[in-house]
Amino acid sequence: MRMKKRWLRVGMAMAMALACCVPSAATAETEDTVAPGRQLARQAVREDARQLWITADHSRFPLLKEEFGTAPEVTKACLSCHNEAALQFHKTIHWTWIDPNDETGKTGKGGLTVNNFCINILSNEPRCTSCHAGYGWRDKDFDFSSQQNVDCLVCHEQTGTYKKFPTMAGFPVSEPTPFDGKTFEPPNYNAIAQSVSRPTRNNCGTCHFYGGGGDAVKHGDLDSSMFNPSKNLDVHMGIDGQNFDCVRCHTTRLHQIAGRIYSTPAVEERKSLLEDDLTPKIMCESCHGAHPHKANFKANDHTDKVACQACHIPTFARVIPTKMWWDWSLAGDTSRPVTKDEFGMTSYDPKKGEFLWAKDVIPVYHWFNGAIDTLTADRTIDPSREVKVSWPMGDMNDHKSRIMPFKVHRGKTPYDKVRNNMVIPKLFGPKGSGAYWAEYDWTVAVEKGMAYAGLPFSGEVGFVETSYVYPTTHMVAPKEQTLACKACHSRNGRLNNLGGFYMPGRDTVRVLDVGGWSIVVASLVGVALHALGRVFSGRSKRKEN
Amino acid sequence: MSTGKMVKIYLYTRFERFWHWLQALLIFMLLLTGFEVHGTFSLFGFQRAVELHNFFGLSWIILFVFIVFWVFTTGEWRQYIPTTKKLFAVMRYYSSGIFKGEPHPVKKSSRAKHNPLQRLTYLGLTAVLLSLQMFTGFLYYMYNDWAVWGLSFLGLGFLAIVHLACAFLILSFVVVHIYMTTTGHTIGAHIAAMFSGWEEVEEGEEEDWEIRQRR
Repeated sequence: MRMKKRWLRVGMAMAMALACCVPSAATAETEDTVAPGRQLARQAVREDARQLWITADHSRFPLLKEEFGTAPEVTKACLSCHNEAALQFHKTIHWTWIDPNDETGKTGKGGLTVNNFCINILSNEPRCTSCHAGYGWRDKDFDFSSQQNVDCLVCHEQTGTYKKFPTMAGFPVSEPTPFDGKTFEPPNYNAIAQSVSRPTRNNCGTCHFYGGGGDAVKHGDLDSSMFNPSKNLDVHMGIDGQNFDCVRCHTTRLHQIAGRIYSTPAVEERKSLLEDDLTPKIMCESCHGAHPHKANFKANDHTDKVACQACHIPTFARVIPTKMWWDWSLAGDTSRPVTKDEFGMTSYDPKKGEFLWAKDVIPVYHWFNGAIDTLTADRTIDPSREVKVSWPMGDMNDHKSRIMPFKVHRGKTPYDKVRNNMVIPKLFGPKGSGAYWAEYDWTVAVEKGMAYAGLPFSGEVGFVETSYVYPTTHMVAPKEQTLACKACHSRNGRLNNLGGFYMPGRDTVRVLDVGGWSIVVASLVGVALHALGRVFSGRSKRKEN
Repeated sequence: MSTGKMVKIYLYTRFERFWHWLQALLIFMLLLTGFEVHGTFSLFGFQRAVELHNFFGLSWIILFVFIVFWVFTTGEWRQYIPTTKKLFAVMRYYSSGIFKGEPHPVKKSSRAKHNPLQRLTYLGLTAVLLSLQMFTGFLYYMYNDWAVWGLSFLGLGFLAIVHLACAFLILSFVVVHIYMTTTGHTIGAHIAAMFSGWEEVEEGEEEDWEIRQRR
């Protein structure tokens, strides 16, 4: 008996010790294992490391000290040494504006793809191609095989003075030209050419922050606030933090820049930069690995289904409001003045219609495999419901898909009421050209645009509600501002539009909840009645006694 | 037989009391955090509730292994052999006799700590309900390894429903169990016994219904 008792005491002590062990095992503060890629990235952005691979000082090349009359002459000088650069560049989407993965060659802003903004560039080239990394794309006759028309400077110059004039098809001005309250000066080509270097965020941002013709119009996560963001706005690019340039993540192979465009296939393997320094598709995992959180942290279990961006970008457009709605159907009322909203952003413009802007926007979440499908103007639509002009590819059951946050831009966009397809209007042009912005006549503008694109048009213009998606992947917040679990794991959480799977905290079976609580309540009522019965019978018994 | 005189007997050993109360604490915390994870209310916050739930759940499994080990090595498993003898007498007592001031039809002894109704309840609870709850809970916890284990055919939704259904049943048991502790000769007698190990019972001889079990 004594032996037995002592044994029990030992067992008890063991049980207690074991029970106490579990917490330390479950939330073990194992040394924060820094992903190797992350360490590399930190090394690479060290100030002293930036200079390590530079072997040429362009300010000392005699060739770049000669007089340049025009921009293409500068390109010619560049190509005299970098003799493969233009040929490489010709194959990239920055030059073709056509999705290289689309065999029909119709997808891309240079093709028949329509968007929710100025719709399509065909017949509007001079206005739209001011962001083309080339010179002189003013109409269909642009020579895409010309090496000299590649604009090296817009991506590589570092003076910050190189400006292209908005409506000259990608040319800088040759004499001082006033436009929109500013005067565009002819560039100092010598200083600009001698400054060239790896692209900085100023180079990329010059175009990518102003997509759609203005600051923050298209992307909610790319706008001029990203030139000098705080760490709070973007933990990687923050000038008070890692201070990454765009090209730190958007790695480049023969001028092909890693990034997500159109139907670019989903990544087959999610590998890190350590395994392959030039993965064709850069993603968070490239540096952070597949399990970036502390050991045993539940978030590590989410990375197979949830994109990092979903939790780490709680809202977008956190500094500058982004355009969320564009109603073309209200355009043309020239009696209505241009108005601004509470943010100081244009809310009505007779040329373009009505806009809505928003700040700190909560994204919409979709399954996403890394590819976006887009609508071309030759495809039939169903105007009885919202037309998806672009939409994320991916599916819950596809192991390459993750839940990704998106900016969804909505609007009312012209379409062919009889043939049921989106139309390409001629928007930009002088009086007499039929351009909408010159004459305010949709039928004429669409007729001109569709004829230019070589597409049929019935002659009847209608307006249909459209939506356009942008994956939200920049403006990654510091970890302290990550979404809390409850943002999704609750009855009215952010993922309520995604069905087909069970999510704790969100999903339940009503019958089970009602039935379960009924049993619990019945038990309570049962014991209460029993207790009452005992109380009253006890009293009567006492009386008898 | 019944003399009405009370004697103290040592019924619950130290480890038994320890596991009873630790299990009680774990079940209470698991119900609390589990229903928060389910979205019934907010208390700790979802993340904390999940972490706590996992911690208490794993602790419970470890404790349970010790309990089962103890029950078998000490021979106490005999206390859980189901029997229908006097079962109906006990049921009749709780549904009517108790109101009339009748004595409990089954006396406790160190050889028979549980009346037949308790035996059935505790055996079902331990062998079926709690085991199933721990099993489904552990599978739920290991969700991310299902593919490796070849369990992909299991739906998380299905598992969650079973786990939740068990939780409701356990909660219902807890309600009734706590109430039943008040049915001793004084309101707190049973609870006091579960702390001290000593239970006051009416003096009397061992009854034949459990003697036969001993052999």
